Amino acid sequence: MKKLLTHRLVWPIAALITLIVINTIARPQFISVTVRDGQLYGPLIDILRNSAPLMLVALGMTIVIATRGIDLSVGAIMAVSGAVALTVIDASGSPGSLGTVFVALLVALLVSLVLGSWNGLLVSVLGIQPIIATLVLMLAGRGIALLITDGFITTVTSAPYKFIATGYLIGLPFALFISAAAVAVIAVIERRTALGMLTEAVGINPAASRLAGVRARGIIFGAYAASGLLAGMAGILYSSNIMAADANATGQYIELYAILAVVLGGTSLMGGKFTIAGTVVGVFTIQTLESTILFLGVPSAQAPVFFAVVVIVVVLVQSPRLHAFVRGLFARRRSSSDAAPPPPTAPKPTDAPQTPAPAEVAS
Amino acid sequence: MTADQLIAPARPTLRERYDTYMSRHAALMPTFAAIAILILLLIGAQFAFGNFIAPRNLSALLLNNAYLIILAVGLTFVILTGGIDLSVGSVMAFTGILCAKLLADGLPAIVAVPIMLLGGAAIGLLIGVLVQYFDVQPFIASLAGLFLARGLAFVVSLSSIKVEDPAVLWLQRTRFTVGDWYLTPTGILALLVVAVGVYVTQWTRFGRTIYAIGGNEQSARLMGLPVARTKVLAYVLCGLCSGLAGLVLTAYSGAGYPLNGVGTELDAIAAVVIGGTLLTGGSGYVLGSLVGVLVYGVIKTIIAFEGADPSWTRIIIGALLLLFVVVQRVIVARSERRR
Repeated sequence: MKKLLTHRLVWPIAALITLIVINTIARPQFISVTVRDGQLYGPLIDILRNSAPLMLVALGMTIVIATRGIDLSVGAIMAVSGAVALTVIDASGSPGSLGTVFVALLVALLVSLVLGSWNGLLVSVLGIQPIIATLVLMLAGRGIALLITDGFITTVTSAPYKFIATGYLIGLPFALFISAAAVAVIAVIERRTALGMLTEAVGINPAASRLAGVRARGIIFGAYAASGLLAGMAGILYSSNIMAADANATGQYIELYAILAVVLGGTSLMGGKFTIAGTVVGVFTIQTLESTILFLGVPSAQAPVFFAVVVIVVVLVQSPRLHAFVRGLFARRRSSSDAAPPPPTAPKPTDAPQTPAPAEVAS
Repeated sequence: MTADQLIAPARPTLRERYDTYMSRHAALMPTFAAIAILILLLIGAQFAFGNFIAPRNLSALLLNNAYLIILAVGLTFVILTGGIDLSVGSVMAFTGILCAKLLADGLPAIVAVPIMLLGGAAIGLLIGVLVQYFDVQPFIASLAGLFLARGLAFVVSLSSIKVEDPAVLWLQRTRFTVGDWYLTPTGILALLVVAVGVYVTQWTRFGRTIYAIGGNEQSARLMGLPVARTKVLAYVLCGLCSGLAGLVLTAYSGAGYPLNGVGTELDAIAAVVIGGTLLTGGSGYVLGSLVGVLVYGVIKTIIAFEGADPSWTRIIIGALLLLFVVVQRVIVARSERRR
């Protein structure tokens, strides 16, 4: 029982379940799933479907954060990818044909892979701080997307392209299959091979892992390239949903939501340890929270206040200082005279990755 | 140890002397580079358009970017400590709409303006406390600040509010002219903020502590410097500057709008970095941030003159940012090798 309680997915899952229970009490139809024409409908299905772009981006972000990096450019890459895909479709003679859509997807994914690799190059080869390296593309990326669409919002009609985000396959939204496939592929690559462990090694100490024979550069490069590719897929999903390439609105603040999802899932921003299951839970939590906020009648523009409160609560809960403080309180209450309070910065075993060793900070 | 380093001490050459100079004044180099780029841009634009270095145009450059200058100065404090504040653009939007709302509700400017400044400082305080006392990464803490401020801006009002208050409009409409040069109170405010920023960073104990924290926080703490107080105060100052920028932007646009300044935090960071402040902290100048904003403004003006797509602004700023970061990286690598 104790082992179960200290499992690091306990709190993220508890938060998600709490949200779902509150929602269900507020409006019982929240968990109802109806079958219409053999397709499933319901608020929960909507959450699953709408979370697909964020899921893709958050997966990439998880790997990047595991290497102790951060990718701010995902929103911009989404915008570029959507702009490229729709421009290709728009320029072709037959926007409705499967071949056109296939070419558009290929080009868009290729471009996003290149953009991701660019980030990887800056971080792993030139050794630029991840925040700054990806900030460059975050700034320039939307400009590039605007150039691709000539500053307009490109709208096209293409049934096969629209299917990607809104279509149904064996009763379930097609987008769900894409995000599930991405989760499965990433989980298998990272967890069924040694790559995940090597990624964590790089995140804990790049220099030490390089000396130990880990190809730190290649792993960091790959993380950003993967993040770019996944962001490209998210951009395709987003643009397919609205069937328009809006360089300014696509992926607005998604990097922040993705980081929030990763942190909510229990992955430490200090790098070195990551959980893909946690990120999946984090994404669902954010999407459920968003749906809750909308249900409460709060204008969606005001939703960031709630997310800010969530971020603050989550980081406070994760804070080693607060843990030490609370433990100090309990220790004092239990034995006020004989036992000295624990040292203020002594971390719980589970928090170990969140407190940087002084040597690492100094290097 | 590379081969040329083993040989270099044996023969003090011109190269050696250059290296010594570079190592002593390494912190100034990026700012000099920014000034050089600014001058090159101005000269190039003058040749291309003929009337670019006109008093009227340069005055407009300062006034159009007054809010960004104030943001960049505030951000410089935080970046010098080795932190970052992503919330500046949102805080500016929040205080701007708050000010417009309070004025529309009939409050006099003399009450509304201090309230908005306090609002900005309060969000800065929240971020500072999270960073300092709860070991939250500055990036995440200020991210929370960004969400909070942006959401609060929409809580105040979902649509834009026109400002009718004469005192606030006076800030923008009054023009002090000398020949063809002109300056509005908003421009004077921005220059005042720069002056205060320069004074505080270069000539006060607080300023030196900021540099010390950015250089090495642990050393600063061991030296007995008030690290906690200084760091929190840096974020509060940054929030205060964002609040003031909100006032300037409201006066400039004549209205408060909750969507103001989306992405401005990145423009401000770019300006600070282009101005020569190292993102690792401990090295840089407030005056450099002014130069950085001017570089940004000149590029924007050139693109407007050229009639090119405005999206080029962001691409060029991105490229410039990259260039400067690489230059900084080289400088840091050089000074580390020398140790």
